[in-house]
Amino acid sequence: MPSPPAIVVDDVAKRFRLVHERNTTLKATIFSGFRRSVHEEFWALKGVSFEVQEGTTYGLIGHNGSGKSTLLKCMARIYKPDRGEIRTRGRVSALLELGAGFHPELSGRENVYLNASILGLSKREVDRRFDDIVDFAGLEHFIDTPVKNYSSGMFVRLGFSVAITVEPDVLLVDEILAVGDEAFQQRCMEKFADLRRSGRTIVLVSHGLDSVRNICDRAAWLDHGDLVKEGETHDVVTAYLESVRDDRRAREHEAGSLVTPEEATGNWHIGGVRVVDDTGRDVDVVRSGDKVTIRVELEAPRDEEVALAIGLYRVDGVHIAGPVHRFRTRGPGLRTVDYTVPHMVLANGTYDVSTRLLDDHLQRTHAVRRRAARIDVSSDQQADIGGVVSLGGTWSVSDEGYPA
Amino acid sequence: MASRLPDTRALPTDLLWNLTLREMRSRFKRSTLGWLWSVINPLASIAIYTLVFGVFLDVVPPVGDPSGLHVYGFFLVCGLLPWTYLTNALNGATSSIVVNEGLVKKVYFPRSVLPAASTLAWLAGFGVELAVLGIVLLAAGNMVLPWIPLVLLLMVLQTGFVLGLGLFLSAANAYFRDVQHFLAILLNIWFYATPILYPPETIPKEFKFLGVTIPLRELLLTLNPMAVFVDAYRAVLYDLTWPTLNQWAAMLGVSAVTLALGAAGFRRLEPRLAEEL
Repeated sequence: MPSPPAIVVDDVAKRFRLVHERNTTLKATIFSGFRRSVHEEFWALKGVSFEVQEGTTYGLIGHNGSGKSTLLKCMARIYKPDRGEIRTRGRVSALLELGAGFHPELSGRENVYLNASILGLSKREVDRRFDDIVDFAGLEHFIDTPVKNYSSGMFVRLGFSVAITVEPDVLLVDEILAVGDEAFQQRCMEKFADLRRSGRTIVLVSHGLDSVRNICDRAAWLDHGDLVKEGETHDVVTAYLESVRDDRRAREHEAGSLVTPEEATGNWHIGGVRVVDDTGRDVDVVRSGDKVTIRVELEAPRDEEVALAIGLYRVDGVHIAGPVHRFRTRGPGLRTVDYTVPHMVLANGTYDVSTRLLDDHLQRTHAVRRRAARIDVSSDQQADIGGVVSLGGTWSVSDEGYPA
Repeated sequence: MASRLPDTRALPTDLLWNLTLREMRSRFKRSTLGWLWSVINPLASIAIYTLVFGVFLDVVPPVGDPSGLHVYGFFLVCGLLPWTYLTNALNGATSSIVVNEGLVKKVYFPRSVLPAASTLAWLAGFGVELAVLGIVLLAAGNMVLPWIPLVLLLMVLQTGFVLGLGLFLSAANAYFRDVQHFLAILLNIWFYATPILYPPETIPKEFKFLGVTIPLRELLLTLNPMAVFVDAYRAVLYDLTWPTLNQWAAMLGVSAVTLALGAAGFRRLEPRLAEEL
């Protein structure tokens, strides 16, 4: 039997005033004949409907200005929709900003009680959980210090700790997973996993498609206030990525390819950087396991020992690989350097290729071209969940059972 | 994993209480004298006004009837304390939503607790001031103890009036920031229009303007709710007598109507507060 929806978003529309000349002073209002301001109306959400089932994790994706954060704020009741309605079941808590409402002059203890009551906990409930909150934030020694003396990490940890202790039935999260140090992030992720396991509903707004793909059951893709696609996360993210790729290609086509300009010295140049297949044709999307070649064209002014470095980065900036090759240019002229990968091991995702031409001691840079090309890797069958590489290993399950 | 909570939002009274505490705790944090300031501040204005009006201008206070008290300082303070409560609470409430912008934009909670908490925090300060005044009055021979319940009742009625105004002003200020500047001027005019520094009898009975006779005193005293409140506080603390039935009716009416209108105005402006900030 399907569980009843935890959130029903029913034809929600939200209008903002794009104010050109905002009359926040009475004088301006009087002189403009009591019109509140010169403004343009702008629909941040144009009638969005979907349901979030209880106990599922739901992702909202879309680029900046798509309306996803506005929708989240409507769910959190911070904004009131101009049309339509949102019905939620159970206690709703929103993690929009950690430690919102902390008063810098008050101690951590006082702020815990204050913040928890803002989030809807009674004093008795806080009393019961106080030790857990402090424990989770790891602030036993500092709990009676004014929070203005906290480091930003401590501040955010305490904020998260309080917010999560509310134990909401529906948790709304806006891009806040990247807080604190690694260890704390790990604990946050575990806490989220706990919440999901215990049947809470989570709605997540994120730019990090990986995290959406990894933790969300379903997702909605918003674009300029319209719901473009809603469904299984994999389908929605794939459709979204395809559209982003199409957009980018169209833009690059208009701009005449390369996005970042080259920086070069003394007549050394890096020309085109392409991603090609066996037959030398440009490839848009590389399949995991395929053979792929990064082809760099460069111009040398003289004969010299040089080194060409390729930097492979995930779009979020994680450095994946940095192969270097030393060779002799053998006189002035154009050269083509191929770096061939026999089996593409990168996992699903988008990667940037940067190139740098240096002297053979890797001390002086002759020319650099950052983000010269992009590789979109897709794997058809879902052989991997998350991660950076797809190792392409083989699985086997034995037929024989263990002796009892 | 802890067990599931019963699905109840905590009563906003908890929130109201915590925000009020925050207001009070943070008000004098980091000052060496701390809470003493809530007494020093009124003492300073009392000293100034007494010197200027009681000594230099030699304003003669009415004789307390039946208390027989005849001291300008006491006459002044009995009216000045309710007045400073009004100004502090209105200023505090007016800025309360704008000051807590970060909170309003990021967390949902009934926004009316912000002006309410600010008002309650000032009410607490007012209570302390009145307590000090009561002790000094006792020392001066004015037996105020039996009148304490009436003072408390007056405080409740005045708080209704103040909170009603504060609710409306706090939301209006989020839309138009000049509300708070405008309020400063308004309070200044209002202060001198209210018989605090001078006895009400000093106001000319009639005032001729362009050939028209205006009953100035009656106008100022009946159209100004604060004149009624000040007079009532004085009746109870200075004269040691009951305010008139008319005064009770006026205060009750003003308090209830202002609170109702203020709350209604606030409710109308509340939904868009987060985006107007």
